[in-house]
Formats: sequence, C-alpha cells, structure tokens
Amino acid sequence: MAVETLWFVIVVMMFAVYAVLDGFDFGTGIIYLFVARTDEERQLVLKAIGPVWKGNEVWLVAGGGLLFLAFPKVFAAGFSGFYLALNLVLWFLIMRGLSIALRSHLRNPLWRTFWDAIFSVFNLLLAVVFGAALGNIIRGVPLGPDGYFFAALWTTFTPGPIPGILDWFTVFVGLLAVAMLAVHGANYLAIKTDAAVQTRARRIADRGSWAVVLLALMAVPVLLFVQPALQDGYVAHPVGCVLPLTVGAALFAAQYFRRRQRDGAVFVSWSLFILGSVGSVAWGLFPNLLIAVEDPSSSLTIHNSAASSYGLRVGLVWFGIGISLVIGYTIWVYVSFRGKVEQGLFGGPYE
Amino acid sequence: MTSALFYDRLQFAVTATFHYLFPQLTIGLAVLIVYLKSRAYWSQDAHYDEAAHFWTKIFALSFAFGVVTGIPMEFQFGMNWAKFSTFAGGVIGQTLAMEGVFAFFLESTFLGVLLFGRKKFGPFVQWMTTVMLFLGSWLSGLFILATNAWMQHPVAYGVDQDGTVHMTSLWGLLTNPWLVWQFTHTMTAAVATGSFVMASVGAYYLLSGIHIDAAKTFLRTGVVVGAIATTALLFPTGHHAALQVFEHQPIKGAAFEGLFYTESGADLVIFGQPNMDTLTIDNPLVAPKMLSFIIHKYFGAEIKGLSDFPREDWPDTMPLLYYTYHIMVGLGTMFIPLMLTAVVLLWRERLFQARWMLWTIMLMAPFPYIATTAGWMTAELGRQPWLVYGLFRTADGNSPLVGSGNVLFSLLGFLGLYVLLGLLFLFLFFEMVSRGPAVTGGPRSSSEPTG
Repeated sequence: MAVETLWFVIVVMMFAVYAVLDGFDFGTGIIYLFVARTDEERQLVLKAIGPVWKGNEVWLVAGGGLLFLAFPKVFAAGFSGFYLALNLVLWFLIMRGLSIALRSHLRNPLWRTFWDAIFSVFNLLLAVVFGAALGNIIRGVPLGPDGYFFAALWTTFTPGPIPGILDWFTVFVGLLAVAMLAVHGANYLAIKTDAAVQTRARRIADRGSWAVVLLALMAVPVLLFVQPALQDGYVAHPVGCVLPLTVGAALFAAQYFRRRQRDGAVFVSWSLFILGSVGSVAWGLFPNLLIAVEDPSSSLTIHNSAASSYGLRVGLVWFGIGISLVIGYTIWVYVSFRGKVEQGLFGGPYE
Repeated sequence: MTSALFYDRLQFAVTATFHYLFPQLTIGLAVLIVYLKSRAYWSQDAHYDEAAHFWTKIFALSFAFGVVTGIPMEFQFGMNWAKFSTFAGGVIGQTLAMEGVFAFFLESTFLGVLLFGRKKFGPFVQWMTTVMLFLGSWLSGLFILATNAWMQHPVAYGVDQDGTVHMTSLWGLLTNPWLVWQFTHTMTAAVATGSFVMASVGAYYLLSGIHIDAAKTFLRTGVVVGAIATTALLFPTGHHAALQVFEHQPIKGAAFEGLFYTESGADLVIFGQPNMDTLTIDNPLVAPKMLSFIIHKYFGAEIKGLSDFPREDWPDTMPLLYYTYHIMVGLGTMFIPLMLTAVVLLWRERLFQARWMLWTIMLMAPFPYIATTAGWMTAELGRQPWLVYGLFRTADGNSPLVGSGNVLFSLLGFLGLYVLLGLLFLFLFFEMVSRGPAVTGGPRSSSEPTG
C-alpha cells in the first residue's frame, strides 16, 4: 500500500474515532435537558462524561494536525474554504467546553440553568455543523484550478454549481448526525447511569434509533443522487463493500441488543455503526479528499496534495508510537472509570 | 489598512495573545504542582496534598480556557493563512501534529483522571498523574515552540519545484539551535508566571489573616521558585536568546534596541521614544557603549543599525516592537531584585511579617503576564515582514479567497467572545481563591460547595 493511502486511512480513522468519542459527548448534550431533570441528575450526567470528554476532543485537534502533516494542500484549501463554518465550529466548541467546565463552579441555580442550556444548545449545533461538514465533503466544493475555494454559508440551498455550506443535502446529513449522536449519547448514559436517568435514556435511544433507521434508509439513495462518484470507490475496490454491510449489520445488532436491554452491546454496535458510516463514505470518496464540483480535474486527491514522502514515512513511525501510547492510556482511563457513576456528596471535579 | 491581510494579522495576534495568557499559567503551575504533590507523596503530608489539590483546580480552570482558545490557533493556520499552510505544511505539519499526538492527548486525558479520580486512585497513581500533566504541558510547549522556532530560523528543509518546502530531517527540525534558548526562555517565563501567581495568592491570604498554613507554603514555594526563574530569565536564557537574534536576525535586534545607525560602541537605550521621521530616539536615556558590550563582550564592537538594511525588510511596526522589548526587559529586570529581596526576607524569617513586601508580591501577579505578552510580541513583531524568516513574506501567506469582510466578521466574533471569556475567568479565579484550599484534617469536600 502506498504511504499516501495509509495516511488517508489514518486521517479518516482519526475523524471517525472523534465522531464516536466526542460523538457521545455531543449526544449527551443534545438530550441533556430531557434526560436529566433535577440538578442531581444533571450533575450525574456531566460526571458520566467528565473524566473523558477533554481527551475525546483531542481526536479532532490531532486529526486536524495530521491532515496538515499529510495533505497540507487539503488542510489549506479546506480550512480556508470552510472559513465561515469553521469559525462557527470554533465558537461552538468554546461555548460547549466552557459550559462543562464552569457549570458546577457556583451553586446558584440561575448560573447552573444558564450553562445547562448553553451545554445542550451548543452540542446540538456542533452535531449539525459537523454533519453538514461531512455533507459538504461528500457533495464537493467549488474548488478552482488554483486549489482554493470559498463557500458562503448558503446560496440557493441546492447542491448546484455554486453550493453553499448549507443546502438541503448538507442539512439532511446534519440532521442525520444529530439523530445518530443523540442515540449514541443515550446509549452511553444507559450504561453509565441507573434509575430515572437510565430509564429516560433507554426510552430516548429506543425512539431515536427508529428515526435513525428511517433517515439512514433515506440517506442511501440521497447520497448516490447527490454524489454518484461515491460508487467509483466501490467499483474500483469491491472489497470495500464490507463497510456498508458492517453498517447495516451493526445497526441491526444494536436494535437486537436494545430489545434485550444489553446496554454495553448496544453501545458497541452503535459505535461500529458510526465508524462504519464514516468509513463507507471515505471508501467511496477515495482517493479524493476534496471533490471539485465543476471540474473533476481540480479535485484534491491523495496524489496531488500529499506532503513529501520522507515526511510521510517518518511521520508514520512516530505516529505509530504516539497513537499506541494514546490508545493505551485512553483504554486505561475508560476501564478505570467503568461502571455507573455514583450519586452522592460529590458533585463534580471541584469538590 | 483595511485589507484582509491586516485583519488576518490582527486576528491571529489577538487570538494568540489571549490564548497564551492561560497556558503560561498551566505550564508554570505544572512544575509547582509536581513539587507539592511529591512532598505530599513522600512525606505523607496531607497539608501538601490539599495545597496541590487547590492549585490543580486553578490549573484546571486555566487549562479549560487554554484549550478552548487554543483550538482556534491550529485551525487559523488553514483558515486565515492558507497560502502559508500550503507552503510550509510539509515542515510545520509535523510539529503541530506531534503536539496533538504526544502532548495534548496526554495533558487532556490525565487532567480528567486527576480531577475525577481523587477518590478512585491511590497516592502513587495521583502522583504519576501530576507528572503526566507536567510532561504533557511541557511537551506541548516544546512542539509549539519548535514550530515557531522554524518560522524564526528555518532549518532542515528543502524547496520543491512548486515553491513549497518539505522537511529533510525530523531530527534537524526538533534540534533547531534556535529552539534551545527559545524553549528554555519561554518555559522559564511560564514558571515565573506560575510562581508569581502562587506567591500572590499566599500574600493575599496572609494579609487577610486566612488560610495561614497554606499561605506560608504558597509564599515559600512561589518566592523561591520565582527568584530562580526570574534570574534564569535574564541569564542565561534571555541573554542567549538576544545573542541569537543579533546573530541571525540583526534587523530585529537593531529595531528592538532602537539602533537606527551602525555604530562602533553602540549605546544601550533604556528609555526614549523612537522617532520615525528623524530616525532618532527622542529624549533618550542610555547606558554608554553597553549594547556593544552585552552582545560582543567588547565596548568598541560594531553593531549594525537599521539604516544599513533595506527599508522593506524592516519590521513594519518598529516603534511597537521597540516598546514591547523594553517593557519585557524592564519588567524582567525589576522582578529579580524583588524576588531576591523576598527570598532574603524568607531566609531571615521576616517575610511573613513584612507587610510592605506581602503587598508588593500580592500586586505583582499581573506583571509576569504583561512581560510574557510583551516578549511574544517582540519575537513575532520582530519576525516581520517575514512569516518564515528570510524565506516567505507575511504578505504572501494569507488565504486568497477569504475577503476582508469575512475576516472582520470573525475577528469581531472572537473579540466579543474573548471579552466574555476574560471576565468569566477572572470572576471564577477570584471566586476559587476566596473559597480557598480545604483545611487539613477538617471535614473535606462534603461541607464545601459542590462543584
């Protein structure tokens, strides 16, 4: 396998893992106001993500850094082209991060209610924007021959030759992301909590998951309609069909385990469902990283945007070491904090 | 003045300046927390454990603000500086990605462990966790500074046919000679910030007559470490950082010293305002021939002045650069006698009664922040008009299709958000300080406000 291909896989994996890990933080936030009603319940929910959410967020930052390392032209074109959307992402991440960090600092109920609302709203918005971002990458962007583009927030709301960041397709992907991650968060809380919160989380996950099934079934024809080139990756490498099959199987398994209330198995299946979805899209897009809507020859691929081969090879070495360490201590943390979060005297980190 | 480039530069300056207010405290505190936690671990002393825990909470607060303001830094490379990212990604992509993989993960993961694992883990794991936190924050500094060092003094690169650069040696990039003094100087400055803040909180408690035991520990630790750090800031780290500027970036050196004309036996300007029309210093106060002596250890040595270089290579904000440099050096020079006096008082066991000194220490806390900010402005304004020194001009680096209206939009958004963030941080910081550390042996956590 060429080293560029390996880096394509690494970058996709970083963002896919980000979607799974920070995804349940987003999901927890989306359902937060409904799943947890009293102050004690909300502290409990925040405690469920408390020890891990910061680490989860790093997958985005590290993924961005690795994209920069491996495909600098894509980093430059994509980040400047999605300038407006990324500013929103940054502001939303700031508000989301602050709300978790600051909410429990004061006992004042108004202070807590305020940050509760901020936490929920900005997690919802982040899920929409990240979903829409994926939609943009699938649909393609108005890349010029010089390798740059600039996308307005919206234009005609249709994926035409001058597409905006928001059109009916990307909004659809955004909503799909919200539904998927809301269920993901509910699955997580079903594992981490008990009593009333767990009951509500399971109910939300149950209803939400059927909405996801419906949206996912709609998504298949919509995706192929908006970006027929998605088939190319599968035609070129049919073995990739295992990915969409995994998506289907994982979704089926999640619903199966859900009926037996096996929360752990549901969470794992749903995570696989998210990983598989991102992977399926990536397989279809390969070797493209950014598709040009007008002239396919302007598309940025792993071949015309990769860094030098020395940089990619040496990067592979240290990345292998570094990510092994990260995976090692991340698993240690998740194992250490496994089990239900306890209600009690303890209200958060700032005891 | 209202080109996209201007707003791009202003936005990066604003967001970077604001961001660095937070990491410098966490980098500095990380060392002090490891010290306190080690004392607690080896002497089984709960007093030090409570002290470490108190500062871990402050660390966490500063870290939270550091993270949310730090993510925009990485993103802005691509968002606002697309042409620069295309040009230099083959080199600085390495160090930025390493920062994420080796440092940011470590710091973020173990901060969660430290905050939420206090009842879950034994003393050894907690001690190890603080060491990991220290390692994470210092490695983070190393990789970010390696990135900046390459922009100040590019090494280990080759130029491709399309004009972009690629890395020729990762080892060379990480052992950039520029990095040695930049790293030690910057990290020492962060330790100074941490120790000043710790000493300041201690002084506040002692003057208020509350948390007396904790206050004395904070003061002792802060003053001793502060004295070492401020001294090391001037020599050897600051001195050598200046020497390498004069060796590799003579225009920057001449500009921040206010030296317009080449002189043998150049004076050291201590005070005065650069006059850009006459190219002189108004009402100068100088130390005769001292600049030559400091740089070349010889009073008659020749130092190149600005006028020996083409004007388009001058830093485009020369007077501001001159002021930030003098603010940095001026404050740094005042810190040393202050902290040494405090150490002498401590040694003579008079510090805790010397109210004038406690007042001074308490009020000094903001000044290391001003000095580090001025220091970074010196490094970065002095790098102009280059984005990568001698290789790539700032004017060629910004995103071609992001217009000035859109950059102003985001700049205003950041300004508004950061004013809110600054107020929130100060409010919560003072709130945590007034709540104070837990009393050793007394009822813990349960009696305190949760959260």
